[in-house]
Amino acid sequence: MSDSAQDERLKSISPLRQALVRPELGSIAGTIVVFLFFSFLAFDSGMFSPRGVLNWSTVSAQFMIIAVGACLLMIAGEFDLSVGSMIGFAGMMMAIFSVTFQWPVWTAILVTFGLCTALGALNGYIVIRTGLPSFIVTLAFLFILRGFTIFFPQLIERKTIIGGVSDAAEGDWIASLFGGKVGESFFIWLADIGFIDVFERGSRAGQPVVDGIPALLLWAIGLVIFGHFVLTRTRFGNWIFASGGDAQAARYAGVPVNRVKILMFMFSAFCACVFAACQVMEFGSAGADRGLLKEFEAIIAVVIGGALLTGGYGSVIGAALGALIFGVVQQGLFFAGVESSLFRVFLGVLLLAAVILNTYIRRIITGEK
Amino acid sequence: MAPLFEMQNVEKHFGTVIALGGVNFSVSEGECHCLLGDNGAGKSTLIKTMSGVHTPTSGRLLMRGETVHFEDPRQSMQQGIATVYQDLAMIPLMSVSRNFFMGNEPVKKWLGFDLFDHERADQVTMDEMRKMGINLRGPHQAVGTLSGGERQTVAIARAVYFGAKVLILDEPTSALGVRQTANVLATVDRVRRDGIAVVFITHNVRHALAVGDRFTVLNRGKTLGTANKGEITPEELQDLMAGGQELAELESSLGGTV
Repeated sequence: MSDSAQDERLKSISPLRQALVRPELGSIAGTIVVFLFFSFLAFDSGMFSPRGVLNWSTVSAQFMIIAVGACLLMIAGEFDLSVGSMIGFAGMMMAIFSVTFQWPVWTAILVTFGLCTALGALNGYIVIRTGLPSFIVTLAFLFILRGFTIFFPQLIERKTIIGGVSDAAEGDWIASLFGGKVGESFFIWLADIGFIDVFERGSRAGQPVVDGIPALLLWAIGLVIFGHFVLTRTRFGNWIFASGGDAQAARYAGVPVNRVKILMFMFSAFCACVFAACQVMEFGSAGADRGLLKEFEAIIAVVIGGALLTGGYGSVIGAALGALIFGVVQQGLFFAGVESSLFRVFLGVLLLAAVILNTYIRRIITGEK
Repeated sequence: MAPLFEMQNVEKHFGTVIALGGVNFSVSEGECHCLLGDNGAGKSTLIKTMSGVHTPTSGRLLMRGETVHFEDPRQSMQQGIATVYQDLAMIPLMSVSRNFFMGNEPVKKWLGFDLFDHERADQVTMDEMRKMGINLRGPHQAVGTLSGGERQTVAIARAVYFGAKVLILDEPTSALGVRQTANVLATVDRVRRDGIAVVFITHNVRHALAVGDRFTVLNRGKTLGTANKGEITPEELQDLMAGGQELAELESSLGGTV
C-alpha cells in the first residue's frame, strides 16, 4: 500500500500479536511444552523408543479422527454429542452384520457407513428444521444410539460383546483398510539393520517390536489433510466458516447454509464410523460400551486447537495438535508412572486454559472490548 | 423511458394483518430514492418483497417495464437487485477478503479440483477497498476490526462489484456516528454517480435529504406520496412519517425538532 493511503491511527502490529490470532498458536505452544515436559519426566521409560512412539501416536490418532469431524462441525456452528454413541453403534452394527448375519465383512462395513452417515444427516436435518440447538438434538441421539447399541446384541445374542469379527474379516480387503498395517517389510529391514529391537522370546521371537504402521494412523493423517485442505483451500471451506460465523448473513450472501451444516453432521458421523471400524478390526469384537465419552474428548481436542465454541473460527491443524497433546499426555503419564486419574485433572485444567485463551483471542480479532 | 425498477400497487398480507396496503415506488439508474418511514411502517416487509424474500399478495414488480416474479432472493439477485442489511452484512470473525467473496468465491483449477483462488480474492478486495477509501492492513484483516461505517461500505462495494443494478440499503446509517455516517453517505453518492439505482431506507430525515433525489414516505403500510428534491422541507417529511398531529404536540412539549 502506498504511504499516502496509510491511516495514521493504525498502530503497527507486533509479529507476536499477529501470530496470536492464528487459531493454531495455542496448540503449537502446548505441543512443545508437553513434549519438553515428558522428555524430562519419562525419557528413560521407553516413551520415545519406536514402540513407545507407536503407542502414543496410535492413541493420538484415535483422538484425531473424531476431532477432525468435530472441528469442521464446530466451525460450521454446531455440536455433535452423539459421536461416542455413534462409535459404539457403528462398531456393534458391523459385528452384527458380519458375525450374526454372516454378511461378507466388506458389505457389513459399507452398509454401516451408509447407515451412520444417514443418521448424521438425520441429526442435521432435525437441527435445521426445528431450529433447536444441536446440543439438545445430538444429546438425544447420544442416548438413543447407546440404547440400541446395548439392546440389539442382547436381543440377538444375549450378550453385550460380539466377537469373532477377526475370523470373518480374514482376507477381506476393505477390512484390511481399517485393521491392516503398512510397511511391514520396511520395519523388518529396520530391525535387520538394528535400528529397532526384535522380540527375543515368545511366539514372535525374531520379529521386530514394531511391525508396521497401523491403518488407523494413516486414516488420521489422511483425514487431517483432507479437512485442512477443504477448510482453507476450497469454496466450501469458506461456506463452513460463513455458516458458523453468522448463518443469516451467509444465507443473504447466497451460501447454502443448510446443506453445509447437514454435510458436516454427516462428516462427523463418518469420522465416528472410521474410528469404530478401526477399533472393531483391531480388537476383533464390538462392545456395547465402546466410545464412551469420546464426544467430549473430541470437543476438548478441538477447543485446545483454538476453535471457538460459538463457531465460525478454528483450524483442523490446531484440532489435530490438540488430539496429539491429548494422546501424549494420557500415555506419557502412564510411562512416567503417574497415577492415571490425574490425567482427568490435567484435562480439566487444560480445557479451562484453552477456552480462556480463545476468548481473549476472539476479542483481539473482533475488536470487542 | 420506464424506470429501472418499479412496484405498482403492491400489497402484502400476513394472515389477517395487512403489512403493505398498496405501495407505489420506482427507482431509475443513477438515482437515489429515499424511502422514509417510522418503525412499524412496513419498511422491512417492503425490502423483503423487493429482494424476493416475500412474494407480494397482489400488485406488480417491474424491471425495465417488464413484469417480474421473484420466488426467492437468488432470483432477484440474478436480476441485479442487491440488498445490504443493517447488521447482517458481514461476518466479523472472517477476513475482509473471505467476506467480500462469500457465496461468490473465485475458483482456480488444481488437479481437477475447484480451489478458492485466494490471491485473486485478496487482490480484488484490496483494489475495491482502496477505491472506496478504506485502508486495510491487509486482505486478511478480520471484519470485526472495522468500524460499523466501514462494514457498510465493504458490503456496498461487494454488491457493486458483483453487478448490482439496484442497491437496497436497509438503514445503513442508523447505528453510526457522525463521521461514519458521512462516509457511508459519500459512498452512496459515489455509487449513484456510477449509474446504480439506490433505494435508501431510513427514518432519519437529514440523512435522506443529504443524498436523496426523490423521497417517498411510508406510513401504516401505504405510500403517502413521492416528492422530488427541493420540493419538500425536512419538517414536512418528518410530519408525514410520524402521522403529523401527534408529533407536532410532542415536539412543542420537547421544545425543538425531534
